[in-house]
Amino acid sequence: MTTLDAHTHNPADPNSPAFARYKHGHHWRSQAEEFDGTKLGFWLFLSTEVLLFAGIFCAYAIFRMLYPEAWAEGSSQLDWRFGGANTIVLLLSSYTMAAAIYSCQTGKFARMRINLLITIACGILFLAIKFLFEYTPKWSGWFFFLDPHLADVHHTKEALGGLFKFVEGYGGKRPGQFFDYPFAKDANIPLWWSVYYCGTALHALHVIIGMILIARVYLKSLKMTYGPTYYTGVEIAGLYWHLVDLIWIFLFPLLYLIH
Amino acid sequence: MSTIDTSRAKPHAASHGHHDESYLASRGSLFSNIWDWCTTVDHKKIGVMYLFAVLILFFIGGLAAILVRLELFEPTRVVGGKVVGSLFQSLTAPEATSTAAGNNWYNRTFTLHGAIMVFMVIVPSVPASLGNFFLPIQIGAKDVAFPRLNLLSWYIYVIGSIFAVLSIILGGVDTGWTFYTPYSTLTDLGFSRVAIMVFAVFVLGFSSILTGLNFVVTVHKLRAPGMGWFDMPLFIWGVYSTAIIQVLATPVIGITLLLLCMERLFRIGIFDPSLGGDPVLYQHFFWFYSHPVVYVMILPGMAIISELIAVHARKRIFGYRAVAFASLGIAAVSFLVWGHHMFTGMGEMASFIFSGLTFLVAIPTAVKVFNWIATLYKGSIAINTPMLYALIFLFLFTIGGLTGLPLATLATDVHLHDSYFVVAHFHYVMMGGTIMAFVGGIHHWWPKMFGKMYAEKPAMVAAILVFIGFNLTFIPQFLMGAQGMPRRYASYVDDFHIYHQLSTYGSFLLLVGFLLHAFVLVHSLVAGKKAPANPWGGLTLEWATDSPPIAHNFHHEPIVTHGPYDYDSVVPPHWDPKDYPLPDQKQVAQIHAGH
Ligand code: HEM
Ligand SMILES: [Cu+2]
Repeated sequence: MTTLDAHTHNPADPNSPAFARYKHGHHWRSQAEEFDGTKLGFWLFLSTEVLLFAGIFCAYAIFRMLYPEAWAEGSSQLDWRFGGANTIVLLLSSYTMAAAIYSCQTGKFARMRINLLITIACGILFLAIKFLFEYTPKWSGWFFFLDPHLADVHHTKEALGGLFKFVEGYGGKRPGQFFDYPFAKDANIPLWWSVYYCGTALHALHVIIGMILIARVYLKSLKMTYGPTYYTGVEIAGLYWHLVDLIWIFLFPLLYLIH
Repeated sequence: MSTIDTSRAKPHAASHGHHDESYLASRGSLFSNIWDWCTTVDHKKIGVMYLFAVLILFFIGGLAAILVRLELFEPTRVVGGKVVGSLFQSLTAPEATSTAAGNNWYNRTFTLHGAIMVFMVIVPSVPASLGNFFLPIQIGAKDVAFPRLNLLSWYIYVIGSIFAVLSIILGGVDTGWTFYTPYSTLTDLGFSRVAIMVFAVFVLGFSSILTGLNFVVTVHKLRAPGMGWFDMPLFIWGVYSTAIIQVLATPVIGITLLLLCMERLFRIGIFDPSLGGDPVLYQHFFWFYSHPVVYVMILPGMAIISELIAVHARKRIFGYRAVAFASLGIAAVSFLVWGHHMFTGMGEMASFIFSGLTFLVAIPTAVKVFNWIATLYKGSIAINTPMLYALIFLFLFTIGGLTGLPLATLATDVHLHDSYFVVAHFHYVMMGGTIMAFVGGIHHWWPKMFGKMYAEKPAMVAAILVFIGFNLTFIPQFLMGAQGMPRRYASYVDDFHIYHQLSTYGSFLLLVGFLLHAFVLVHSLVAGKKAPANPWGGLTLEWATDSPPIAHNFHHEPIVTHGPYDYDSVVPPHWDPKDYPLPDQKQVAQIHAGH
């Protein structure tokens, strides 16, 4: 139960900021009840998101049990440094998101906006790492840095003064039917990549949705929609973002660390 | 005697005048009226919109059922190769031989029937239409917690249904409504109709989740002052339990269908055994959703029955708390039994456990049935259409439930699995249970929703036609299923001819019954008598407001002073019918005689 102090501004005063003039929906008895109800609803929604990912985790667990070698080989092909970098980025963004909510509640609007922007930037950075350093090399064979696993592999093409390298056979770590990774050791390794792509892509999609929610909060914050007496939207975007973070915290060790 | 204590009630903001009008009152031109409905956030209008959409889809699904029955009228091809078949044939498989094309046609038709009936009719039927309309009123709220989300879920429902119909127009889907893999991922790749249908179901799932979520929050947060959990009408308990299942089960079908789409698009191999996947995994995922959803289908039906029996027998529900907890109990157990759909595809130990768990569902279900019967005992029963449907429900649902036992028993299920016995069983439960309760509920609340009384006698005739038609349709299916007639076949050996014929005749009778219902209801809108506020003498809050209700539901915020079924304490022994002007004086006399 959260209490809202709705009396710091005069709601009737047209010069007071938008959040101070906020009137709760006519079917709620009070703004505090509306806030509680909205949060309850959103928590329920978050539980459905967790259940959605539970399907992926189930598939992961079952196939890991059936094909432990494929899982070991697959996860050893992932570079934990990129996963780790992504984890740090997301943790940082969770912090800035929490800070944004706090700044909103305490009326520090400039700080709130900066924190929102940093959160969005972190989301972009996360996606960039994911797509440039992880997905792209695995699909095509082109990548930026030299991967330690590839020390003994022959480079065939270089571009941009050696910044991009192409390794024959490095790409092709695609899921299912598209798999064509010639030196794969395990017959069931395509299944690992299927689970990897489904899980991380679904997560990436959630990152994008979260960023849209936060961008919406940012735009509304320019119009002073949110403030100490009304911040439901900020809080909700924050909850969503924390969930996105939390799911990654599960995906990261499962995919990258447990060989 | 009134349900609301007006002395303590505080008036609503008096500023908006038109909110005291009926929610149906039209303002302005036809166009602005239509616009009003399309953008409304009033839960009552949204409920009516759902009712309308669901009934249309029920009609489409019903036509498909009739086509299926026509096909099965003869042991060999009747319709498929000829009339309708040629249409589908030209769209889909022009090169196929006529038998193959006919079978194709048959498969598409029963898939269409099953998918529409399950995902678009029976799942949203009661909660989204009657639930939307009456849940807020029965708890004394002005609206659901998130009115705009409510409208959104109606649009999502319509969009999902449009996608489903689109896949039909493009030629139909032949996987069955369960979309079992690997068949569903390997067929029809050029056309992707399966993908469209699966996507449609995915979208419909969202609508279901949002409605459920809305209801849970509404029940938790918007009950009128004075209404504790155990003062809620049983309809609310049922819809609330349903909403919990909707929220917790639907995401699982969401991820399953997403994976199915991925499997189709990229052959990712999660379910395809040739790529290392596991088709039974799909069935586990699918039934982890679909079994609880069976209770999404039946719990709201049971919820309606509690109302019908209490109001039309004018008695306190026997064992109110037991009935309420039974709803929650059914919701809980429903998550543990999904494996009984895979007895023939699982290990022995797992089958054994799932079989045992399945029997558990019988307990809360029996609690409900016995409590309804105990409520009827010595009640002042008014035999009218809603009560008739409550009795029909009790009869049919009991058969449906009992025939579930041989299916939950390992040894007998090996014989009965995928036979017509199963088809008959789930029709007794889903149609004999939920649809009957739905139709009963529509009649019970029709005067409240539209402010018009329908003609009682023709409606009762229709109900009897439906009852006879239903049994004629599905009893023969039990018999032939037990003798080995498998489901999902267009042709069969001559031994089953007579059963199929009877079944088809029964389906015609059903059609006639439902059309008569439709006629009676539409007729009442045009020429029905004006309904009083409380035609049946109910004590729940919806009967304490106008018929049809005003835009804000109540003139004053209601304060609940007595339980929903306190007939013995609230209604004086020599109850004066003027308090509840009944439309039909004969019924009044009947009720008096009972006291
Ligand atoms: C108008 C009365 C109805 C008739 C005559 C009818 C007829 C049939 C028949 C003959 C089948 C078996 C198709 C086969 O397995 O070969 C069937 C399947 C089915 N029906 Fe109905 N039905 C009716 C109403 C309903 C209703 C109201 C519902 C649900 C609310 C429903 C849900 C289903 C489902 C889920 C299947 C399974 C489809 C499948 O096997 O994939 N039916 N129906
Ligand atoms: Cu089941």
